[in-house]
Amino acid sequence: MSRELILSSIRRHLRRGPLPPDHRLMLAARLAQHPRHLIPARSRLPRPEQIALFISQVEKEFGTVVRLSGLEDVPGAIAEYLAQHNLPTRLVAAPHPEITALPWGERPLLEVRFGRAEPSDQVSLQHGFAGIAETGTLMLPSGPERPTTINLLADTALVLLRASRVVGAYEEAWDLLRAERSGGNGPLMPRNVMLVTGPSRSADIEQTLELGAHGPRRLHVLLIDDDPAAKPDAG
Amino acid sequence: MLPTSPAFKENAARALQEERLQKALARTKPQFHTKRAKAVAALPEFEQIRDIGRDIKNHTLQFLDHYLETWAENVERAGGHVHWCPTAEDARAAVLAICQRVGARIVTKGKSMISEEIALNDYLERHGITPVETDLGEYILQLRHEPPSHIIGPAFHLNREDWEESFRKSHTDLPPDRVFRERRDILTEARTKLRERFLAADVGITGANFLIAETGTSVIVTNEGNGDLTQTLPRVHIVLASIEKVVPTLEDATNMLRLLARSATGQDFSVYTTFSTGPRRPEDPDGPEEYHVILLDNGRSSMLGSPFQDMLRCIRCAACMNHCPVYNVVGGHAYGWVYPGPMGAVLTPTLIGIDQAGHLPNASTFCGRCESVCPVRIPLPRMMRHWREREFERHLTPSFARTNLRLWGFFARHPGLYRLATRAGAALLGWLGKRRGGRFTALPLAGAWTRGRDFPAPEGETFFARYQRLERSHAL
Ligand code: SF4
Repeated sequence: MSRELILSSIRRHLRRGPLPPDHRLMLAARLAQHPRHLIPARSRLPRPEQIALFISQVEKEFGTVVRLSGLEDVPGAIAEYLAQHNLPTRLVAAPHPEITALPWGERPLLEVRFGRAEPSDQVSLQHGFAGIAETGTLMLPSGPERPTTINLLADTALVLLRASRVVGAYEEAWDLLRAERSGGNGPLMPRNVMLVTGPSRSADIEQTLELGAHGPRRLHVLLIDDDPAAKPDAG
Repeated sequence: MLPTSPAFKENAARALQEERLQKALARTKPQFHTKRAKAVAALPEFEQIRDIGRDIKNHTLQFLDHYLETWAENVERAGGHVHWCPTAEDARAAVLAICQRVGARIVTKGKSMISEEIALNDYLERHGITPVETDLGEYILQLRHEPPSHIIGPAFHLNREDWEESFRKSHTDLPPDRVFRERRDILTEARTKLRERFLAADVGITGANFLIAETGTSVIVTNEGNGDLTQTLPRVHIVLASIEKVVPTLEDATNMLRLLARSATGQDFSVYTTFSTGPRRPEDPDGPEEYHVILLDNGRSSMLGSPFQDMLRCIRCAACMNHCPVYNVVGGHAYGWVYPGPMGAVLTPTLIGIDQAGHLPNASTFCGRCESVCPVRIPLPRMMRHWREREFERHLTPSFARTNLRLWGFFARHPGLYRLATRAGAALLGWLGKRRGGRFTALPLAGAWTRGRDFPAPEGETFFARYQRLERSHAL
């Protein structure tokens, strides 16, 4: 069998047979503990500065961020952003309870559809699972509440993110995901987890950066200031 | 791809004459250098993260059988399938079998070096399946029937006019007199054309930068988002991965990711780093219904326990070629196969044989820059030297080269003497050359060489001296 062929070739060249049980146990323990390695100091900051780092990193990568004091401000902020950029007022939004519960009725001009994105969608709204300050990265795991197509198909991608979900390093975001999923008996990872840093781009034509290659050309984060310790005037 | 590596010398000579390529090289090199240097300078812990990266890879290789088994169990637990493929032929057949079973006619593809290694596109085409490359660089190369010349910037050797010309020739349904005012217009046309393909595809094929044993996950890294569309929209997702891609945990992968983008493009992080685990779950609104991984060995397992084991740490970041003085004058095509530059010079002989690729390890000045930038600290110069010795032992080198290599070996161990002697030699030849109109038609000790060509008289400066001078002036 080809599986045995590859495994036995590996063992032959490593000059050993299959690993003895105690060795396997040791390796299984390493997996179970999944130890962290060095975490760069750059994101170990007091909360307000950590949020500020997240924002400046998103902007460095050509994304934009608006800070809102509560979820109720989201529809208005979206309407304003779309008007500013001359974009259509129709959008597809992730069917996350926090998004479906927004006061959409207060902005009757916004036409919102909940579900997966289609190729004709020009604006999409995703629910951010976590933000990573280290590099201004969004963690977007797939699932019924967060379709993957929402991250990819529209030209303008909006992401709703609670400031309380902004962490310093990738490892902290993995911990959030592990904590959320370890209860169930399915696989630890959802089908798809995207780490998104800025809008899509390519430098394939003469090494010159152009935004909007295959994915969104604009990435706009609606950051909800729900973390009292993280407010700009705190601390 | 049929290797032309045996003709490295001829390829290299041709590359030096190629104006288009030289223009592209001149444009690219400083960019890669400064971007990487800036990204590295902004992360004070970078050197330690490199050490950790090297150790993670070494640990995994030492227990590779175990980690692959664990990874495969977890893929299957998540509903995916693993196809163990000892050879390139096995891998091609496995991909084709899946495509035929689901009746695929169009297959979209994210960037994958494994796909080039197993020459998948030609094979699929021969069996009536249309592969469509979706990475912009790979897409234009497919239109032009050219191989990639760089592992992360496959089309960097093309200039804007080449793009326009190819698009006019291939997108014949668009008005022939359309104007491309800026690069953006080229990009927009490609985006529109490829969107149609994404939607029409039955199968999407991507590579994998990492496999994660703990979770049965494959990871891809892109800036365009093409890999994500490739694996999200079609009914079937096939991942092409080789056995050395596995790392134990998410935390291990994270450490490697801190190295990858910085070393490759000088970004802190790529735009899309995507972790895929199995097919669409029952409650998911999108994603593929089938998830397959083609796990390729193709000679890699025999590198374990050999002097070339360290090469299996490679994360394909391309830093070694970006910083290689030889690559930077001859480009990627001269290397004659899929993997160019220093990493190719080491890897290619192991994958296609030293008889085919014996020249490549010679394409080095042993300046050591590749090793100094390699994020996982692969001792590339040492391994190239190893290949040279092997080639030497196998008497593949003509006896003349052998004698001279011995002489060179003496000088190489005495670098001061070497520089003195070559400087004297270059100065002498330069002086003689000036009196002979800049060319030699015959040279003492190099009769075989000058028989077929003229030896350009040196300008009185050795490569090493010029390299140092350029180094100083560019402050790379
Ligand atoms: S050998 Fe090192 S520098 Fe070269 S591509 Fe591989 S990891 Fe990168």
